[in-house]
Amino acid sequence: MTQSDGPLYVLRLFVSGTTSRSQRAIANVQHVCEERLAGRYDLQVVDVYQDPEATRDLQVVATPTLVKLEPGPMRRIVGDLSNRSKLLVGLELPENAGKRGAAS
Amino acid sequence: MRASSAGGALPKCLTGISGLDDVTLGGLPAGRPTLLCGAAGCGKTLFAMTFLVNGATLYGETGVFMSFEERSHDLIENVASLGYDVEALVSDGRLAIDHVRVESAEIEESGEYDLEALFVRLGYAIDRIGAKRVVLDTIEALFSGFTDQAVLRAELRRLFGWLKDKGVTAIITGERGDGQLTRYGIEEYVSDCVILLDNRVLDQVTTRRLRIVKYRGSAHGTNEYPFLIDDQGISVMPITSAGLEHRTSSAVVPTGVAGLDAMFGIGGFYRGSSVLLSGLAGTGKSTFSASFADAVCKRGEKCLYFAFEESPDQIIRNMRSAGIDLQQHRDSGLLHFEAARPSLYGLEMHLARMNRDIEDYGPDAVVVDPISAFRGVQSEIHATLLRLADICKARGITGIFTSLSLAADHVTESDRGVSSLMDSWISLTDVEASGERNRVLYVLKSRGMKHSNQMREYLLTDHGIELIEPYVGVQGVLTGAARLAQEAAERDAALERAQARERRRRDLLRKRVAIERQIAEMQALLQAEEEEAALVRAHEAEHEGVLTEDRAAMAIKRGAPA
Repeated sequence: MTQSDGPLYVLRLFVSGTTSRSQRAIANVQHVCEERLAGRYDLQVVDVYQDPEATRDLQVVATPTLVKLEPGPMRRIVGDLSNRSKLLVGLELPENAGKRGAAS
Repeated sequence: MRASSAGGALPKCLTGISGLDDVTLGGLPAGRPTLLCGAAGCGKTLFAMTFLVNGATLYGETGVFMSFEERSHDLIENVASLGYDVEALVSDGRLAIDHVRVESAEIEESGEYDLEALFVRLGYAIDRIGAKRVVLDTIEALFSGFTDQAVLRAELRRLFGWLKDKGVTAIITGERGDGQLTRYGIEEYVSDCVILLDNRVLDQVTTRRLRIVKYRGSAHGTNEYPFLIDDQGISVMPITSAGLEHRTSSAVVPTGVAGLDAMFGIGGFYRGSSVLLSGLAGTGKSTFSASFADAVCKRGEKCLYFAFEESPDQIIRNMRSAGIDLQQHRDSGLLHFEAARPSLYGLEMHLARMNRDIEDYGPDAVVVDPISAFRGVQSEIHATLLRLADICKARGITGIFTSLSLAADHVTESDRGVSSLMDSWISLTDVEASGERNRVLYVLKSRGMKHSNQMREYLLTDHGIELIEPYVGVQGVLTGAARLAQEAAERDAALERAQARERRRRDLLRKRVAIERQIAEMQALLQAEEEEAALVRAHEAEHEGVLTEDRAAMAIKRGAPA
């Protein structure tokens, strides 16, 4: 994997229960992580109902919210992450980095 | 939930903010959200925090403060200036502060979302300490963090419904917007009670005001009420319900001017009454005030002197020339000066300051010299003075308020406005006549006692104020040279009268002596006559005896029996 030498991504996904929106968000983030950050990401899914205090620690207001803790700066991506390009902007990953990385 | 039953069936939640609970007839609607809106810097956050702090300390209700703007630490520091120890309340578990940071630069939106996390977060904070009161300050900050307004509005509507279901009494603050109460129109979601705060600058002086825009299901005061924020918290000044229940005293406080005492039926002012001393420039308002203060201190009581025109040292120097030594009272701690330029603060700040000084010093009497120095809208000055008079009355403090009149013979607008607040009113004026100007005073009113209706001339001498016996002529009270002329004329007349009296007395004496002499002569004459008469009577008796004897002798001689 060409990207495995990049920084480690620490991600937290906050969802509210097992709604279809939560499911979609989980699927979307997992898809992008596997595709772009394979082997160098730490993704935890937090259910706000189970761990309400965590919302306070990471200043989460909306659900679903994906919080990028590492690498800095901290970013929050709200929504079901169905907009792939916005998700990539939030993770500060280039839109076509995968292809370019593969080509190089 | 602590709720007041006043005002009908709607349960209410006391705010503990003095004045506001009067205006709302018992507090905010219990278990419902209230919108508190106003422009930046008008005290929304302090108001909301006071609601929570009072709930925790006065009514045993815990509260959650969810701040969208200030960090917890800043918030605690800011309200510390009001004397709130929020940190202690937080560590006691009586108050929870949750700072929600919404930074649009950190947020990327990708697809659908809702604010469920906020609900969970708030619900968690409420349940953790069993909160009955909630503040959301300022929830509109969400609008800057998220772009999808349709979602936000739907979520806000859901949030307020959710708060109602939770049964918490909530205050939601909102930033004032153009043409509507709040910038994002959240008033349409909070419909039970809307309170508007305002901070207006007029003539470079700011005044805070509060108005209840609506209060569903309850009567409420509809006016704009000035309110103030100081280190003792927030107080709203409801003019109409300003306490008229202070205990009144019938003890008498001398005025400090001997002749003036006599003009009041009871020999002075009532303790705890408010006295207005209005007068033209140079009529000695300050001297009267100083005389009063001097008398107060000489009785061993404490006097607080608010000076708005002169510095304390200047007052002391000037009064020394009138024979009033205020320095000794200042040294003994019985007299305390608080001096400030009227333009230094707004009216509310002055009032707050005076209130604090009165509370700290605990005086028996207060002098405000002069109230006319306050500049601003007449009605506000009126409200301020009313509040001040109430503060004094509630504490049984006798208050002397001086006021500068602008034109002779005319009671100024401000005097008229203030007069209803005052129990006694002494007017100082001057009379121009015979090429000189003389000072006269009269008592315009004095509630609850008889008082002299006489205009009295007075002199500012080097041993205080002296009232002069009135000379009432055909044209009214005579003063100055006219009075002296009248005095001289009366002295002449009196002398003449005395001489005439003496003359009459001497005439009478003379006549009496003459008559007595006549009486003596005639008595002597009478006595001589009587002696003469007695002599004659004796002579006749003797003669009669001789005749009888002669007749008896003759009968014997004739031999006739007797």
